[in-house]
Amino acid sequence: MNQALENAASEVVELRIPARAEWVALARLCAATMANRLRFSIEEIEDVKLAVTEACNAAIQNEPQGEFITLTCEALEGSLRIRVRDDGRPGVRIQRQRMDFEEARIAGLGIFLIRTLMDEVSYDVQPQSGTELLMVKRLAARAE
Amino acid sequence: MDIKVNVREAPGDCYVVDLSGEIDVYTSPKVKDAIGELIDRGVYHLVINLEKVRYIDSTGLGVLIGGLKRVREHGGSVNLVCTNPQIKKIFDITGLVKIFGIFDNEDSAMKALV
Repeated sequence: MNQALENAASEVVELRIPARAEWVALARLCAATMANRLRFSIEEIEDVKLAVTEACNAAIQNEPQGEFITLTCEALEGSLRIRVRDDGRPGVRIQRQRMDFEEARIAGLGIFLIRTLMDEVSYDVQPQSGTELLMVKRLAARAE
Repeated sequence: MDIKVNVREAPGDCYVVDLSGEIDVYTSPKVKDAIGELIDRGVYHLVINLEKVRYIDSTGLGVLIGGLKRVREHGGSVNLVCTNPQIKKIFDITGLVKIFGIFDNEDSAMKALV
Protein backbone atom coordinates (compact mmCIF):
# COMPACT_ATOMS: atom_id res chain seq x y z
CA MET A 1 0.00 0.00 0.00
CA ASN A 2 1.44 3.38 -0.97
CA GLN A 3 1.66 6.39 1.38
CA ALA A 4 -1.40 8.19 -0.02
CA LEU A 5 -3.53 5.09 0.41
CA GLU A 6 -2.17 4.53 3.93
CA ASN A 7 -3.08 8.10 4.88
CA ALA A 8 -6.56 7.74 3.43
CA ALA A 9 -7.14 4.50 5.32
CA SER A 10 -7.63 6.20 8.66
CA GLU A 11 -9.79 9.14 7.77
CA VAL A 12 -13.36 9.85 8.72
CA VAL A 13 -15.46 12.53 7.09
CA GLU A 14 -18.84 13.54 8.44
CA LEU A 15 -21.36 15.68 6.60
CA ARG A 16 -24.67 16.95 7.96
CA ILE A 17 -27.18 18.17 5.39
CA PRO A 18 -30.79 19.31 5.55
CA ALA A 19 -33.09 16.39 4.68
CA ARG A 20 -34.12 17.97 1.41
CA ALA A 21 -33.68 16.92 -2.22
CA GLU A 22 -31.39 19.80 -3.20
CA TRP A 23 -28.68 18.64 -0.77
CA VAL A 24 -28.40 15.02 -1.90
CA ALA A 25 -25.86 15.88 -4.63
CA LEU A 26 -23.49 17.19 -1.96
CA ALA A 27 -23.73 13.89 -0.04
CA ARG A 28 -22.83 11.83 -3.12
CA LEU A 29 -19.98 14.20 -3.98
CA CYS A 30 -18.57 13.74 -0.49
CA ALA A 31 -18.77 9.93 -0.72
CA ALA A 32 -17.26 9.98 -4.22
CA THR A 33 -14.32 12.04 -2.99
CA MET A 34 -13.62 9.53 -0.23
CA ALA A 35 -13.90 6.61 -2.65
CA ASN A 36 -11.53 8.36 -5.03
CA ARG A 37 -8.96 8.85 -2.24
CA LEU A 38 -9.11 5.11 -1.63
CA ARG A 39 -8.35 4.52 -5.32
CA PHE A 40 -11.66 2.92 -6.15
CA SER A 41 -12.23 2.48 -9.87
CA ILE A 42 -14.55 4.87 -11.75
CA GLU A 43 -17.22 2.16 -11.80
CA GLU A 44 -16.91 1.55 -8.05
CA ILE A 45 -17.09 5.29 -7.36
CA GLU A 46 -20.29 5.47 -9.41
CA ASP A 47 -21.69 2.56 -7.40
CA VAL A 48 -20.93 4.37 -4.14
CA LYS A 49 -22.47 7.61 -5.43
CA LEU A 50 -25.69 5.85 -6.39
CA ALA A 51 -25.91 3.92 -3.12
CA VAL A 52 -25.45 7.11 -1.06
CA THR A 53 -28.01 8.92 -3.20
CA GLU A 54 -30.55 6.13 -2.71
CA ALA A 55 -29.93 6.08 1.04
CA CYS A 56 -30.49 9.85 1.21
CA ASN A 57 -33.60 9.52 -0.97
CA ALA A 58 -34.97 6.96 1.46
CA ALA A 59 -34.26 9.27 4.39
CA ILE A 60 -36.06 12.13 2.62
CA GLN A 61 -39.03 10.17 1.32
CA ASN A 62 -39.77 7.75 4.13
CA GLU A 63 -41.95 8.50 7.09
CA PRO A 64 -41.27 9.82 9.60
CA GLN A 65 -39.08 12.37 7.88
CA GLY A 66 -36.40 14.13 9.88
CA GLU A 67 -34.76 17.52 9.57
CA PHE A 68 -31.22 16.40 8.87
CA ILE A 69 -29.24 13.59 7.30
CA THR A 70 -25.78 12.77 8.60
CA LEU A 71 -23.37 11.04 6.26
CA THR A 72 -20.28 9.46 7.76
CA CYS A 73 -17.62 8.07 5.44
CA GLU A 74 -14.92 6.02 7.09
CA ALA A 75 -11.91 4.90 5.10
CA LEU A 76 -10.77 1.47 6.25
CA GLU A 77 -8.00 -0.63 4.85
CA GLY A 78 -9.32 -1.78 1.50
CA SER A 79 -12.88 -0.62 2.06
CA LEU A 80 -15.14 2.35 2.56
CA ARG A 81 -17.73 2.23 5.33
CA ILE A 82 -20.63 4.65 4.95
CA ARG A 83 -23.34 5.49 7.44
CA VAL A 84 -26.42 7.46 6.41
CA ARG A 85 -28.36 8.47 9.48
CA ASP A 86 -31.59 10.43 9.66
CA ASP A 87 -33.33 11.89 12.68
CA GLY A 88 -36.78 10.91 11.50
CA ARG A 89 -38.79 10.35 14.63
CA PRO A 90 -42.29 11.44 15.66
CA GLY A 91 -41.02 14.59 17.41
CA VAL A 92 -39.39 16.07 14.32
CA ARG A 93 -41.92 14.88 11.81
CA ILE A 94 -42.33 17.21 8.86
CA GLN A 95 -45.64 17.38 7.07
CA ARG A 96 -45.56 15.59 3.75
CA GLN A 97 -48.02 13.61 1.70
CA ARG A 98 -48.09 9.87 2.17
CA MET A 99 -46.31 7.90 -0.53
CA ASP A 100 -48.59 6.47 -3.17
CA PHE A 101 -48.13 2.95 -4.51
CA GLU A 102 -45.93 4.03 -7.40
CA GLU A 103 -43.61 6.05 -5.13
CA ALA A 104 -43.34 3.12 -2.76
CA ARG A 105 -42.37 0.85 -5.65
CA ILE A 106 -39.63 3.25 -6.73
CA ALA A 107 -38.38 3.48 -3.13
CA GLY A 108 -38.11 -0.31 -3.22
CA LEU A 109 -36.02 -0.01 -6.37
CA GLY A 110 -33.65 2.29 -4.48
CA ILE A 111 -33.13 -0.26 -1.71
CA PHE A 112 -32.59 -2.97 -4.31
CA LEU A 113 -29.90 -0.83 -5.96
CA ILE A 114 -28.12 -0.27 -2.64
CA ARG A 115 -28.09 -3.99 -1.92
CA THR A 116 -26.84 -4.80 -5.41
CA LEU A 117 -24.10 -2.19 -5.59
CA MET A 118 -22.63 -2.42 -2.09
CA ASP A 119 -20.87 -5.38 -0.46
CA GLU A 120 -22.51 -5.11 2.96
CA VAL A 121 -25.76 -3.40 3.92
CA SER A 122 -27.53 -3.25 7.26
CA TYR A 123 -30.16 -1.11 8.96
CA ASP A 124 -30.69 0.09 12.45
CA VAL A 125 -34.16 1.53 12.96
CA GLN A 126 -34.67 3.36 16.25
CA PRO A 127 -38.20 4.75 16.57
CA GLN A 128 -37.00 7.41 18.99
CA SER A 129 -33.86 8.56 17.21
CA GLY A 130 -34.19 7.75 13.52
CA THR A 131 -32.79 5.24 11.06
CA GLU A 132 -29.20 4.42 10.25
CA LEU A 133 -28.16 2.63 7.08
CA LEU A 134 -24.68 1.15 7.19
CA MET A 135 -23.02 0.03 3.99
CA VAL A 136 -19.57 -1.10 3.01
CA LYS A 137 -17.88 -1.09 -0.37
CA ARG A 138 -14.72 -3.13 -0.66
CA LEU A 139 -11.89 -2.22 -2.97
CA ALA A 140 -11.68 -4.89 -5.63
CA ALA A 141 -8.32 -6.66 -5.83
CA ARG A 142 -6.29 -5.38 -8.75
CA ALA A 143 -3.15 -6.56 -10.42
CA GLU A 144 -0.22 -4.19 -9.67
CA MET B 1 -26.17 20.46 -10.41
CA ASP B 2 -29.00 20.77 -12.85
CA ILE B 3 -30.83 19.06 -15.63
CA LYS B 4 -31.42 20.57 -19.03
CA VAL B 5 -34.50 19.44 -20.93
CA ASN B 6 -35.02 20.12 -24.62
CA VAL B 7 -38.08 18.88 -26.47
CA ARG B 8 -38.10 18.75 -30.26
CA GLU B 9 -40.45 17.39 -32.88
CA ALA B 10 -39.10 14.64 -35.08
CA PRO B 11 -40.34 13.12 -38.34
CA GLY B 12 -43.07 10.51 -38.07
CA ASP B 13 -45.37 11.91 -35.40
CA CYS B 14 -42.91 11.53 -32.57
CA TYR B 15 -40.93 13.76 -30.25
CA VAL B 16 -37.41 13.62 -28.91
CA VAL B 17 -36.65 14.69 -25.34
CA ASP B 18 -32.97 15.57 -24.94
CA LEU B 19 -31.77 15.41 -21.36
CA SER B 20 -28.45 16.72 -20.16
CA GLY B 21 -27.03 16.65 -16.65
CA GLU B 22 -28.02 14.65 -13.57
CA ILE B 23 -31.45 13.12 -12.96
CA ASP B 24 -32.07 12.66 -9.27
CA VAL B 25 -34.66 13.33 -6.59
CA TYR B 26 -34.14 17.10 -7.00
CA THR B 27 -34.14 17.36 -10.79
CA SER B 28 -36.52 14.55 -11.80
CA PRO B 29 -39.72 16.64 -11.33
CA LYS B 30 -38.53 18.83 -14.23
CA VAL B 31 -38.16 15.75 -16.44
CA LYS B 32 -41.52 14.41 -15.27
CA ASP B 33 -43.21 17.71 -16.16
CA ALA B 34 -41.67 17.79 -19.65
CA ILE B 35 -42.71 14.21 -20.44
CA GLY B 36 -46.13 14.67 -18.83
CA GLU B 37 -46.78 17.82 -20.86
CA LEU B 38 -46.09 15.98 -24.11
CA ILE B 39 -48.38 13.10 -23.17
CA ASP B 40 -51.12 15.56 -22.13
CA ARG B 41 -50.85 17.03 -25.64
CA GLY B 42 -51.42 13.60 -27.16
CA VAL B 43 -47.82 12.69 -28.00
CA TYR B 44 -47.49 8.96 -27.35
CA HIS B 45 -44.31 8.09 -29.26
CA LEU B 46 -41.20 9.38 -27.57
CA VAL B 47 -37.46 9.03 -27.83
CA ILE B 48 -35.68 10.10 -24.68
CA ASN B 49 -32.06 10.87 -25.35
CA LEU B 50 -29.87 10.16 -22.32
CA GLU B 51 -26.53 10.54 -24.13
CA LYS B 52 -25.63 13.65 -22.13
CA VAL B 53 -26.97 12.36 -18.82
CA ARG B 54 -24.12 11.79 -16.40
CA TYR B 55 -26.16 10.28 -13.61
CA ILE B 56 -29.57 8.79 -12.89
CA ASP B 57 -31.07 7.44 -9.67
CA SER B 58 -34.25 5.52 -8.85
CA THR B 59 -36.42 8.63 -8.91
CA GLY B 60 -35.20 9.29 -12.47
CA LEU B 61 -35.95 5.70 -13.40
CA GLY B 62 -39.38 6.15 -11.82
CA VAL B 63 -40.11 9.12 -14.06
CA LEU B 64 -39.18 7.14 -17.17
CA ILE B 65 -41.27 4.16 -16.04
CA GLY B 66 -44.21 6.46 -15.30
CA GLY B 67 -43.95 8.00 -18.77
CA LEU B 68 -43.79 4.59 -20.41
CA LYS B 69 -46.85 3.41 -18.51
CA ARG B 70 -48.84 6.44 -19.59
CA VAL B 71 -47.97 6.21 -23.31
CA ARG B 72 -48.64 2.47 -23.37
CA GLU B 73 -52.18 3.15 -22.21
CA HIS B 74 -52.58 4.90 -25.57
CA GLY B 75 -50.71 2.34 -27.64
CA GLY B 76 -47.53 4.40 -27.62
CA SER B 77 -43.94 3.66 -26.77
CA VAL B 78 -40.77 5.16 -25.31
CA ASN B 79 -37.32 4.35 -26.61
CA LEU B 80 -34.14 5.48 -24.92
CA VAL B 81 -30.80 6.51 -26.36
CA CYS B 82 -28.07 5.62 -23.91
CA THR B 83 -24.35 5.25 -24.42
CA ASN B 84 -23.05 5.79 -20.87
CA PRO B 85 -21.97 2.35 -19.58
CA GLN B 86 -22.73 3.23 -15.95
CA ILE B 87 -26.29 4.24 -16.80
CA LYS B 88 -26.71 1.17 -18.98
CA LYS B 89 -25.57 -0.89 -16.00
CA ILE B 90 -28.37 0.57 -13.86
CA PHE B 91 -30.98 -0.34 -16.47
CA ASP B 92 -29.43 -3.77 -16.65
CA ILE B 93 -29.37 -4.60 -12.92
CA THR B 94 -32.89 -3.26 -12.39
CA GLY B 95 -34.20 -5.34 -15.30
CA LEU B 96 -35.47 -2.24 -17.09
CA VAL B 97 -33.62 -3.29 -20.24
CA LYS B 98 -36.54 -5.67 -20.70
CA ILE B 99 -39.23 -2.99 -20.71
CA PHE B 100 -37.48 -0.13 -22.51
CA GLY B 101 -36.01 -0.18 -25.97
CA ILE B 102 -32.45 1.04 -25.38
CA PHE B 103 -30.38 2.14 -28.36
CA ASP B 104 -26.92 3.50 -29.05
CA ASN B 105 -28.10 6.27 -31.34
CA GLU B 106 -31.15 8.36 -32.05
CA ASP B 107 -31.78 7.04 -35.56
CA SER B 108 -32.12 3.46 -34.35
CA ALA B 109 -34.34 4.55 -31.46
CA MET B 110 -36.65 6.45 -33.83
CA LYS B 111 -36.87 3.63 -36.36
CA ALA B 112 -37.79 1.15 -33.63
CA LEU B 113 -40.74 3.17 -32.31
CA VAL B 114 -43.89 1.08 -32.65
